[in-house]
Amino acid sequence: MNIGLNTAENHPVSMKWIQKAKDKGGKLICVDPRFTRTAALSDLYVPIRPGTNVAFLNGLINYALKNDLVHEEYLIHYTNASFLVSPEFDFEDGYFSGAATEDDGIGGEKNVYDKSSWSYQLNGDGEIVRDETLADPNSVYQLMKKHFSRYDLKSVSETTGCPLKTLEECAELFCDTGDPKKAGNVMYAMGITQFSHGAEAVRAIAILQSILGNMGRPGGGVNAQRGQSNVQGSTDMAMLYHIIPGYMPVPHEKSHPTLADYHATTPGGYWENRPKFFNSLLKAFWGEYATPDNDFCYDYLPKLDKERSHIASSKYTGEGEIKGMICWADNPAVGGPTAGRKRDYSRKLDWIISVDIFENETATFWKEPGVNPEEIDTEVFLLPAALHIERDGTISNSGRWIQWRYAAIEPPGDAKPDLWIVDRLFKAVRKEYETSGGAFPDPILKMNWDYGENASSAEVAQEINGKDLTTGNLITSFAQLQDDGSTSSGNWIYAGYYADPDEPACQKRIRETEGIGNHPDWAYAWPVNRRIIYNRCSADPQGNPWNPDLPLFAWNGIEWESLDVPDFNASLPPEESAKRPFIMTAEGVSRLFSNAMADGPFPEHYEPWESPLLNQFSGVQFNPCSTVWYPEDRGSAEENQFPIIATSYRLSEHYQTGMMTRNMPWLVEAMPSLFVEISPSLAQKVGVTNGEKVIVSSHRGEFEAPVCVTPRIKSFNAGGKTLEMVGIIWHWGFAGLSKGPVANDITPSFGDPNTTIPEYKAFLCNIRKVV
Amino acid sequence: MAQSILIDTSKCMGCRACQVACKQWNQLPADSTEFTGSYENPPRVSPLTWMRVTFQEKETDNGVKWYFGNQRCMHCTDAACEIVCPVGAIYHTDTGAVDIDFNKCIGCNYCAANCPFKVISFDRKTDLPTKCTFCYDRVSNGYKPACAAACPTGAIDFGERRDLINRASQRVMHLQNHGSQQATLYGLDEVGGTGMMYILEDTPSQYNLPLAPEVPLQARLWSMLFKPLRIFVVLAMGLGLWTNYNKSRELKDAAKKNKETNPSDYKG
Repeated sequence: MNIGLNTAENHPVSMKWIQKAKDKGGKLICVDPRFTRTAALSDLYVPIRPGTNVAFLNGLINYALKNDLVHEEYLIHYTNASFLVSPEFDFEDGYFSGAATEDDGIGGEKNVYDKSSWSYQLNGDGEIVRDETLADPNSVYQLMKKHFSRYDLKSVSETTGCPLKTLEECAELFCDTGDPKKAGNVMYAMGITQFSHGAEAVRAIAILQSILGNMGRPGGGVNAQRGQSNVQGSTDMAMLYHIIPGYMPVPHEKSHPTLADYHATTPGGYWENRPKFFNSLLKAFWGEYATPDNDFCYDYLPKLDKERSHIASSKYTGEGEIKGMICWADNPAVGGPTAGRKRDYSRKLDWIISVDIFENETATFWKEPGVNPEEIDTEVFLLPAALHIERDGTISNSGRWIQWRYAAIEPPGDAKPDLWIVDRLFKAVRKEYETSGGAFPDPILKMNWDYGENASSAEVAQEINGKDLTTGNLITSFAQLQDDGSTSSGNWIYAGYYADPDEPACQKRIRETEGIGNHPDWAYAWPVNRRIIYNRCSADPQGNPWNPDLPLFAWNGIEWESLDVPDFNASLPPEESAKRPFIMTAEGVSRLFSNAMADGPFPEHYEPWESPLLNQFSGVQFNPCSTVWYPEDRGSAEENQFPIIATSYRLSEHYQTGMMTRNMPWLVEAMPSLFVEISPSLAQKVGVTNGEKVIVSSHRGEFEAPVCVTPRIKSFNAGGKTLEMVGIIWHWGFAGLSKGPVANDITPSFGDPNTTIPEYKAFLCNIRKVV
Repeated sequence: MAQSILIDTSKCMGCRACQVACKQWNQLPADSTEFTGSYENPPRVSPLTWMRVTFQEKETDNGVKWYFGNQRCMHCTDAACEIVCPVGAIYHTDTGAVDIDFNKCIGCNYCAANCPFKVISFDRKTDLPTKCTFCYDRVSNGYKPACAAACPTGAIDFGERRDLINRASQRVMHLQNHGSQQATLYGLDEVGGTGMMYILEDTPSQYNLPLAPEVPLQARLWSMLFKPLRIFVVLAMGLGLWTNYNKSRELKDAAKKNKETNPSDYKG
């Protein structure tokens, strides 16, 4: 099932593997508000209104529960379905128990949950109480049945606008994978995440896949398709404000002032080893200066003071708090939400450093048509970067395969690899601290930066891989990491990928000749070259593969016959390891009920921030836990102000903000300009024909574009209304070979409370013909 | 016919990697295009575009269909262009492709005018016909044509014609048994069999292909009656073409001048 994902257009190489699965009799379901090139190749197309993914997925969960299509043995042994939850836990009219209104720090209010009731019942020994009959009304299973029962397909149809018959066909087809012999796979991308309830939608997928027994199995799983080839790698290396390398949280200055405070928050499960990973990271950062006596230089590590997400940082820039910005392969002037505001805010900066392969809109905001450069004092530095084929290093794909690539050609002119740039930049900053001093020079002066004259990717890779500092040897597994300062590692999950500098595992390119497609000798998959995580779940508690025709692990009575690196203790008898198949969670099982989310232990449907409909599932209109950064930005469908649903997306032919593609004549030829897609019925209402120009407006701005009038876009019959939709292609801007308006000028700066990702995929707009 | 290309349109996702790869390998510059309401661009084959992907939408009782076709020289066995060429410049290569010998070509444009698929474009700048060469330069050196090498889904297959037909027949049967009753293999018998074959899920018209392509009658007549005398015709035409050539040259010079003052060929 592809949901919120357009594999054919945005991940074309992945489509090859879907086609192969189809050749073998697999069925492809495409869930999307519009008929895409993926839909054209699917067996079942399921149109749903933008912003209703959670309602749709909850509908499938309910369908599986109600019709007993769940994989029962899996459910009992490998999930927390049988765990008993505190009787205090409750849900009423859109709010879970513990709801409390709090100051959001920017003059408004939001809901912050007191999660004490989102907890398990413990017995006298501190163990979680279970009921394997699943009959206890406080069992996760019964609570789920109750919560999801509201999402019957008829109600889901009314909210999503998807015809009931199509929903039924989809639910029947996908929930059939609850059959232990079958595996179902859910692939998703930004059409799931870019909503104010995006993280809960991902959780809904995880719950669905857990109850159908599809996690940890060949052909199963929850598979995020990344927006670019190395998003997985950049996430692993923590190109996000809330984590540090290896998915460890960024310390907060209030809650984690000392290393002991940070370690006191160490979770259970395999994460109990986190202090080893964290201290080894500090050793990689500050080398010999990091000692047990000074908490491994924990004080040098920057701490969060408040939310520093993209939307937040942008707002602080506008308020004058931020003085300079380094935009590394990033172009928020086109790609950010409410992008026009970002360009305005850029004026408040003293300087911008833009590192890119072409001069992008962020670097040229002062040259935007209509802007007077004389009024702008911001100094812009443009550092020309090498393209990915012009430098070596690794990329990590969404299957977590870390693959080394060699430079194919030299970069042109003054363009330099990112590593060259960051190496020079760091050394220049350090020199400045050495000569001029500063408020707090030690974190820079004592930084372990021993790459010599020219840093090489191989050297950095070894630092990331990690070392035993006593012997000086590279480590082969994160199991060797220690918390006493005797080891270092730049990213614990990558340990082993570069353990042998002569033949690093990430450079291996040996195709599998027989097997199930795991290709264990092709590159290196983190962690420890494991291809399928949670893979204990591929076999029943006795060790028999659920599908004997597609075994990953099989217990032969003495040992495991395996085609993967076990994600469990393989030295234990199968019945024992079956008790903890999800080694990263404290419970050891998949969490159908979880207290990890900001907005609820179960996914609940809320409308997008801007919606033409009232929430039909509760009295709470939009996600109450999200921060409203710009209350004045919210448009309304009332009085026909902004009555039309807008959603934004990409094309095969162009990429992100267009720097790599809008400067490529052949691609410009194939897709020469920005356009918007509308249904024939909306075209009739607006009075435009195919190819004519319209102005698309939201409460935040407007732009002009030609229309593509197509039956691939259809109105939705939802909530008793006929709702039209405008599909917005957004790759363009005013820099480069092919120029066009910035469509993100009209998207909202409102995001998910867990991830802060902006709601690019569902908001309100209006359109009128250009006369 | 030795080698062929088979495009399984049921596996094509319209990504146009083939269209771009064709331009890259054959060093064809981008044309200036504009969005006129379809994903399809450039709008037609031309001296700058030897192959292109077509997009057609169709409303059916089972919802919308979106068909991705592929327009280019079909490399016909019974090739009208070859038949009408007065100087024998068009020929079948040893790999099965239809190619043009530009040393012989006199630029009369008869090939383009008689092509039943309308996929030969006459380049007014060089007075030469242009079309897909089946990547003769690649194929004769053991490589796949650029389009087949670039296709991410394996929708473009290249190989021995007999093998491709075997595979295609099975695929067509599979499609017919799985909801696409109209599925056919196009190019099996059309104009004596074509080097480009397509597995289609719907009627050929949904893919911009003629239902029953034929070598035009006048082309056959021309071939039968006049070919033995063609050298005289050529001499007669020579005079006419001299005028034509001079006119083209004027146009070319004007275009060149225009380009010098307007270096960007691309629309902003």
